[in-house]
Amino acid sequence: MEILALLGDGMLIALQPLNLLLIIAGVTVGLFIGAMPGLGSVNGVAILLPITFLVPPSGAIIFLAAIYYGAMYGGAISSVTLGIPGASTAVATTFDGRPMALKGQASLALVTAAIASFIGGSVANIIFTGFAPVLASVALSFGPPEIFALMLLAFATFVGLGGEDIPKTILSICLGLVLGAIGFDQISGAPRLVLFDINAFLQGIGFLVLAIGVYGIGEMLWTIEQTRGEVENNTPKMTARGMASDARTALREGWKGTAIGSFLGFFVGILPAAGATPASLMSYGVAKMTSRNPEKFGRGSVDGVAAPEAANNSASTGSMLPMLTLGIPGSPTTAILLGGMVIWGLVPGPRLFVDETEFVWGLIGSFYISNMAALFINLAFIPVFIWMLRMPFTILAPMIFVLSIVGGYAATRDMFDIWLILIFGFGALVLRRLDYPLAPAVLAIVLGPIAEPTLRQSLLLSSGDPMIFFTRPVAGPITVIAIILILLPALKLFRRKKATPAIGE
Amino acid sequence: MRYGEILTAGVLALFSIYLMVKSAELPIGFIRGQGPGGGAWPFWLSGIMLICCAMIALNWWRQTSPPSRSDEPFLDGHGWRTMVFVGGGLIGFIALIEIISMYGAVAVFLFYYLWFLGRHSLALSLTLSLATPLLFFFFFEGMMRITMPTGMSFTDPVFDFLYDIIY
Repeated sequence: MEILALLGDGMLIALQPLNLLLIIAGVTVGLFIGAMPGLGSVNGVAILLPITFLVPPSGAIIFLAAIYYGAMYGGAISSVTLGIPGASTAVATTFDGRPMALKGQASLALVTAAIASFIGGSVANIIFTGFAPVLASVALSFGPPEIFALMLLAFATFVGLGGEDIPKTILSICLGLVLGAIGFDQISGAPRLVLFDINAFLQGIGFLVLAIGVYGIGEMLWTIEQTRGEVENNTPKMTARGMASDARTALREGWKGTAIGSFLGFFVGILPAAGATPASLMSYGVAKMTSRNPEKFGRGSVDGVAAPEAANNSASTGSMLPMLTLGIPGSPTTAILLGGMVIWGLVPGPRLFVDETEFVWGLIGSFYISNMAALFINLAFIPVFIWMLRMPFTILAPMIFVLSIVGGYAATRDMFDIWLILIFGFGALVLRRLDYPLAPAVLAIVLGPIAEPTLRQSLLLSSGDPMIFFTRPVAGPITVIAIILILLPALKLFRRKKATPAIGE
Repeated sequence: MRYGEILTAGVLALFSIYLMVKSAELPIGFIRGQGPGGGAWPFWLSGIMLICCAMIALNWWRQTSPPSRSDEPFLDGHGWRTMVFVGGGLIGFIALIEIISMYGAVAVFLFYYLWFLGRHSLALSLTLSLATPLLFFFFFEGMMRITMPTGMSFTDPVFDFLYDIIY
C-alpha cells in the first residue's frame, strides 16, 4: 500500500504542467530521433542534456527519460518503413517488420510495434515499482560467467534464426564476431586485426556500419535487382477503422511475442552491460523457438515484431533499475542519465530511494505517463509514416540510399566508415544471392564486444578451466540450454535424413 | 550461380586464413595469470569460419544446397546494368562528399537518380534534390549540432551564408 501511495504522489509530480509538457516534448523529439537512421536514444539524451539545465533536476531527468522512451518507440519506424535499423535495439524488428511493409502491412507492423512497446513498458514499470531493490541484488549476482552464458544462449538462438544452411549460419555468426573484434584488444590494449595495415581499422567496425551496409544499401540493391526496379506500391491508405482493426490483429496474433518480450526484456535489461539490444534479440529468438509457426518468422510474422519491440522498451526501463538503485548504468543511454544526475547533485545508489523520495517517485511516475504519451503520439504519427511509404519506389530508393549515407556519417563522423558501408552493401548483395543469412552477422557484431571480455574474465577466474560455465548455479543451466539449442538443428537434420528413404529403397 | 557458390566459399576461406594469420600477431593460447591471449578469440573464430567454408564446399560438391544446383547466372544483363548505374552512382556520391560537401553530394546524387534513373520530371527532380539537403542541413547542423563534411574551400561562401542563419 505504501508503494501505491508513493507511486500516486510520483504520478502527481509527473502530471504537473511543466513536467507534462517536458514529457510530451521529450517523447516527440525522441520519436523522431529514434526514427532517423544513425541516431538513437544515446544521441538524443547526450545532445539535449545541456538544455535540461534550464529546468529543475526532477523535470530534467523526466525530460531525458521521455526522450529515451520516445527513441525506443521510434527505432521501429525506420526498421519497418525503410528496412534500416536506426539503432541496435531495433535490429530484430527489421527481420519481420520490413517483410510486413513489403507485403502492404506496414500499418499493422507499426501498430503492433506501438502496442507491444506500450505493453512491454507497462509490464516493466509495474515490476520496477514493486521489486526494484530485490531485483537490483539479483542483477548484481551476475558475474562474467553468467553474462557469457547468456550471450551463448543468444548465439544459440541465432543458429535457429539462420534457416536451413547451418554452415552458412555459423559462418555468418563467426564473421560478425571477428568483425566486432577488429581494433584494439579490450583487455591488453594492443592493436588487433588491423586489416591490410590500414590504420583506420584501429577504431574498429561499429555495429551501425555493418547494419546500414547490409540493410540500407544491400537490401535496396537486392530489391532493385530482384524487381528490376518495378516495385509495386501495395501500401494501403490509412484510416481510423483500419488502425483499429490492426490493433485488434496485433493483440490477437502478437500476444505471445509481447509477453515473452515484456518479461525476458526486463530481466536482460537489468543486467549490467547487457541492455535493450541483447534483450530484443533474445526475445525474438525465444518467440521463434516457441512459436507454432516458426517458418513465418522472417517473412512477416506479427509475433516477430511484437517480441523485440516489447523487449526493447521493457529493457530500457529495466536498465534504469541498476542505475538508480546501485549507480551502475545498464546501457550507454543510462550512463549519460547517470552523468546528468551527478551534475544535478543527486547521488544514485541505495540511499537515493531514502534521501530523494520525491525525485525517485516523480521519475517512476513519469515512466508511466511517458509510456502512455509515447503510445498516443506514436499512433498519431503512423499515418505520416505510411504516407512516406506510398511514394513511388524511384523516389523512395534514392532517399533510403541518402539516409543510409548521411545517417551513417552522423553516427561515426568518419569517411572511412562510409566507404565500409558501401563495401558491406555490395558484399551483402553477393552473399544474399547465395543464401547466406546476414542477420546473425549483424547480431554477432553487437554482442561480440560483450561476449569476448566476459569469456576471458571467466577463464581467468577459473585458471583456464571451461567447467566454470557448467558448475555455477546460474551459469550452468543457461549454458546447458544454449548447447542443446545449438545441437538441436543438427539433431533435426539427422532425424529427417533417417526418416527419408534413400532413392531406390 | 553454381560457380558463384564455390568461388565465394573460396574467397571466404582465403579471408578466414588471412584473419587467422592477423590474429596470430597477438598470443592465441592461454597465458598463465592473464587468461586467453588477445588473439585467441578472433583466431579460433576464424578457424571455425574456415571449417564452415570447407563444409559449404562439400555441400557444393554433393549439390545439396540450392545455389549449387542452380544453372541461372549470378547476375543477368539487367543485374549488371543495375550494379553499374546504381552502384556506380553510389560510389560517385561518396567520392563527391569531400569535394562538394555532403549536402552538395546529396543534391547531385538525388538529381542523378530521380531524373536520369527514375525518369521523373525536371521540376520534381530539381525540387527534391535541392530541398532534401537543405532540410538535412537544418536538422543535422541546426538541431542536432552534427557537422557534416563541407567539401573543398570553394563551397565556403555557401556554408558561411547557411551558418549565419542557424548561429
